[in-house]
Amino acid sequence: MGEPVFMKGNEAIAEAAIRAGLNSYFGYPITPQNELIAYMSVHMPAKGRTFIQAESEIAAINMVYGAAAAGMRSMTSSSGPGISLKQEGISYLVGAQLPAVIVNIMRGGPGLGNIAPSQADYFQACKGGGHGDYHMVVYAPASVQEATEVTFKAFDVADRYRNPVLILGDAVIGQMMEPVVFSDATPSPPPKPWALGGVRNGRKPNMINSLSLETGVVEEWNWIFKAKFEEMKKNELMYETFHAEDAELMLVAYGITSRICKQVMQQARARGLKVGLIRPITLWPFPYQAIAQFAAKTKEFLVVEMSLGQMIEDVKLSGLGDAALHFHGRPGGGIPQERDIMEIIDHVLVNKRAGHIATRGTVIDWQIS
Amino acid sequence: MNDKDMIKVAGRSSLWDDKPSPYCPGCGHGVVHRVVCELIEEYKLADNCVFMAPVGCSILAYTFLGLDMCQSAHGRTPAVATGIKRSLPDTFVLAYQGDGDLASIGMAEIIHAANRGEHITTIFVNNAIYGMTGGQMAPTTLEGQTASTCMDGRDASAGMGYPIRICELLQSLDGVTYLARTTVHTPANVIKTKKAIKNAFEVQLNRKGFSLVEVLTSCPINWGMQPLEALDFIDQKMVPQYPLGEFKVDGKSAAPQA
Repeated sequence: MGEPVFMKGNEAIAEAAIRAGLNSYFGYPITPQNELIAYMSVHMPAKGRTFIQAESEIAAINMVYGAAAAGMRSMTSSSGPGISLKQEGISYLVGAQLPAVIVNIMRGGPGLGNIAPSQADYFQACKGGGHGDYHMVVYAPASVQEATEVTFKAFDVADRYRNPVLILGDAVIGQMMEPVVFSDATPSPPPKPWALGGVRNGRKPNMINSLSLETGVVEEWNWIFKAKFEEMKKNELMYETFHAEDAELMLVAYGITSRICKQVMQQARARGLKVGLIRPITLWPFPYQAIAQFAAKTKEFLVVEMSLGQMIEDVKLSGLGDAALHFHGRPGGGIPQERDIMEIIDHVLVNKRAGHIATRGTVIDWQIS
Repeated sequence: MNDKDMIKVAGRSSLWDDKPSPYCPGCGHGVVHRVVCELIEEYKLADNCVFMAPVGCSILAYTFLGLDMCQSAHGRTPAVATGIKRSLPDTFVLAYQGDGDLASIGMAEIIHAANRGEHITTIFVNNAIYGMTGGQMAPTTLEGQTASTCMDGRDASAGMGYPIRICELLQSLDGVTYLARTTVHTPANVIKTKKAIKNAFEVQLNRKGFSLVEVLTSCPINWGMQPLEALDFIDQKMVPQYPLGEFKVDGKSAAPQA
């Protein structure tokens, strides 16, 4: 391992991608991911690799499609509004079975919103933002260090399944500087006998395509995709837990929100309150089983998100039995505050739900309506 | 003379699988495909070539042409072709697009690929209508021409816009090296089309920048005409709106001369 360097999240993701053997990067400016495309504009050409500032996010994702079809490790990055424009291309990548890595450094929405941190693109990332039945592995790093690790891994996972992979960060992960140590692992892209172009030398023509008008063919392809999604669920799930063994209240949070929750958990523990934390690292696949197992002994769950409540639907789907589900969310670029989260913990564990609490954005005993 | 003494001077391209054509009677795609396939064979490019099939009737090329094939999203072919060509500079990248694909939904992509001077060759097939979806108005539909979304004819004064001239539009871009408009409604024009596409191929093979040949073709089914009437329509209606000739040669603008 090398020496620690102090880097912004966006630049560290770019460097990790380059170290993962990225051949081709295509981007379009949008805040708060601009450092990523700027880093690529310097370091990709310097290594003789492809960098294009495309005319739009739509063009960028389609250039990714072309480079991936030619067998290259390819990537694009953007933020919410630009990721919305890429959804068509992401659906096509899945349909044509092309590996690629897409980075979303989330900002407040909907619409043009703002450039503050947000986690409101969870549904778009995990529930198929484009058309058709599909999934992709979604990583939600909680530190600059972890952002580099999942970026390196994302290229292998994309190649393994011939499917796009999404890295879901937010404006804090993208903008903050932290020490980071890069892995000195060597990238090992697999052979891609399905790729287009290059001298064929007797190889039969290849085809990259997501269309068939013959009855049953696209259904058959979907069953193949389904089998890949099942393999991803089996092999790629990542999460971590803190103080799960004796927790009376489990926090559930991902990305930068999990860092805030970890602080709250430590403060609560210092006060003798048995609070734990579950942090999904992959949002798809989601740790349904782990959460269900904790629900057998922990009877209070508190989900914290920078949204009106999106991941909470998956927490609910885990099957919580008779455990209660609480929520604290800050949409539109709001960042959850430690004191607000602590207020809910006090309300549940100390005051046993007596009286009212005024915490902004808090919904107690959240239900799917 | 018996059969043994006969020499075969023309035939089906070896790149073309022995399958029935998916195109309608009188459609121009078959002729353009043939010209393109003949040139791919003459330049011996088949072993290192990617054919970009668009969204539109000619997407069906992937079902019978013996080349590496890439299908892209509607209008995005120039961006996808850019991704392939930048990855594999020695691979011949041939983008084949129709008028709805290139001149409507994909207008941004074609302008910017051309402006970057991508080393790709685009065959732009202009039949002034959406074929695959059933004859809707295209950006290139002539004024007064009927379509399923303008039953009384295209009326610019009613806000339907004017027929777009792509060669004239791209002519000002410095990244464009070769630009020509041809037609395939007579044998002589088929030969001129082949010559223009050959010039465009040479531009890519010599890494001189972006090349595009616009080919006027017929769509008798969606125009509601007999095949011969459709050829007359090209001659009498389309050519006056879309002048034939070379618009750019070696990166220099030229006054079109058919």
